[in-house]
Amino acid sequence: MQTPASFEYERATSVEGAIASLQRLGSEARIIAGGHSLLPMMKLRLANPEHLIDINDLTELSYIREEGDEVLIGALTRHVDLLKSELLFRHAPLFRDAEKVIADPVVRNRGTIGGSLCQADAAEDLSAVCSAVKAKVVIRGAGGERVVGMDEFHVGPYVTAVGDGELLTEVRIPLRQGGGSAHEKVERRAGDWAIAAASAAVWLDAGRIADSGIALSAVGLTTIQLSRAEELLFGKAPSDELYTQAGEIASADCSPSADGRGPIDYKRHLAGVLTKRALLRATARAIHQEV
Amino acid sequence: MDVSITVNGEQVSREIEPRQLLVHFIRETPGLTGTHWGCDTSNCGACVVLMDGAPVKSCTILAAMTEGHEIRTVESLEVDGQLDPVQMGFHETHALQCGFCTPGMLMTARALLDENPDPTDLEIRTAISGAICRCTGYKNIVSAVRWAAEYEAAAKQGV
Repeated sequence: MQTPASFEYERATSVEGAIASLQRLGSEARIIAGGHSLLPMMKLRLANPEHLIDINDLTELSYIREEGDEVLIGALTRHVDLLKSELLFRHAPLFRDAEKVIADPVVRNRGTIGGSLCQADAAEDLSAVCSAVKAKVVIRGAGGERVVGMDEFHVGPYVTAVGDGELLTEVRIPLRQGGGSAHEKVERRAGDWAIAAASAAVWLDAGRIADSGIALSAVGLTTIQLSRAEELLFGKAPSDELYTQAGEIASADCSPSADGRGPIDYKRHLAGVLTKRALLRATARAIHQEV
Repeated sequence: MDVSITVNGEQVSREIEPRQLLVHFIRETPGLTGTHWGCDTSNCGACVVLMDGAPVKSCTILAAMTEGHEIRTVESLEVDGQLDPVQMGFHETHALQCGFCTPGMLMTARALLDENPDPTDLEIRTAISGAICRCTGYKNIVSAVRWAAEYEAAAKQGV
């Protein structure tokens, strides 16, 4: 029987209360929301928090809404709600691409965006999704809030910019004209982690790529932002050939390891193919040739 | 810690360790062993129960997290000797062999039909994609859920 090691449990009744508990308990405490990443790790003793602070009652952290030039997503928003959100699909369709293939529908009833990002598993999809659309996250501590870009969010494997005594409360997706996005993933079977996955967003201006975001899942120790490929695309007109080159950079710049899901050369190949596919689909969406 | 959890409409109160998983709480305390404890890694779906009407994997939820919520297990499907239409469908279309996955399949199917009374085969397959059956090849399970959907539609029309 797999059961986590002993811990103390408390149920937060306010965001401030959760942060106060985190401050008091320091590095021995972890937030639990959906629990579908944390509890399996606790069963395997890969995570051994002495205190769990349950934030599932903090429904004020569950929302998807447009405000100014951003879409705001509360940290407790569950996968099922991200999948179904028409607002999010309209502005960032790669979320729906990803959510269709994150775990399975039953797990998606529990898992949350905040939990996924904070778990920071390299094979997790939403970190790449948020990186590609250049999202920012709001991190709240006793001293107030700070806003961190996804490019600074991943500190290392399973380690993020969220420090002891801090809570990720919101994800902010910038709304910009001329954009399209897509997420492509290959998995062994329904519900499995990715063998490889690629997220891409492009923003077009007068037929040229004014900006882009490309990120890979499951082919390195952390989510990989493909800045070399983004630089290649800048100012150029989208083409099959250009995106083939971006795919070649993806194959070269990832660092997969061999495991039960496949050998290194296969994963590099997938990273390249999926990067190209995601870019083509993102571009088609940007010019409204595909929804 | 003391918890009080609503299981099939009844309050179940007990002192538990915070680390106790919902699947073990359900099986041990009210002794409802219909909920099966399978892979323990949220992959197989044998432990699916409904939490406030939504299917969840009870091996990956702490019992303490469900206080204040309504839990429904497979034992709640049959009422006064009358099987739920999804149970009838599994019976009619031979949708089980060993039966180990069946409680989770039934609860997943019940939640699907509550939300979508007329699902396509693809929607049924998507809904049960988090549940593993090693006997049937799934075909008869999909047929069973279709059978239940049609039975409920006919019953609603009073046919």
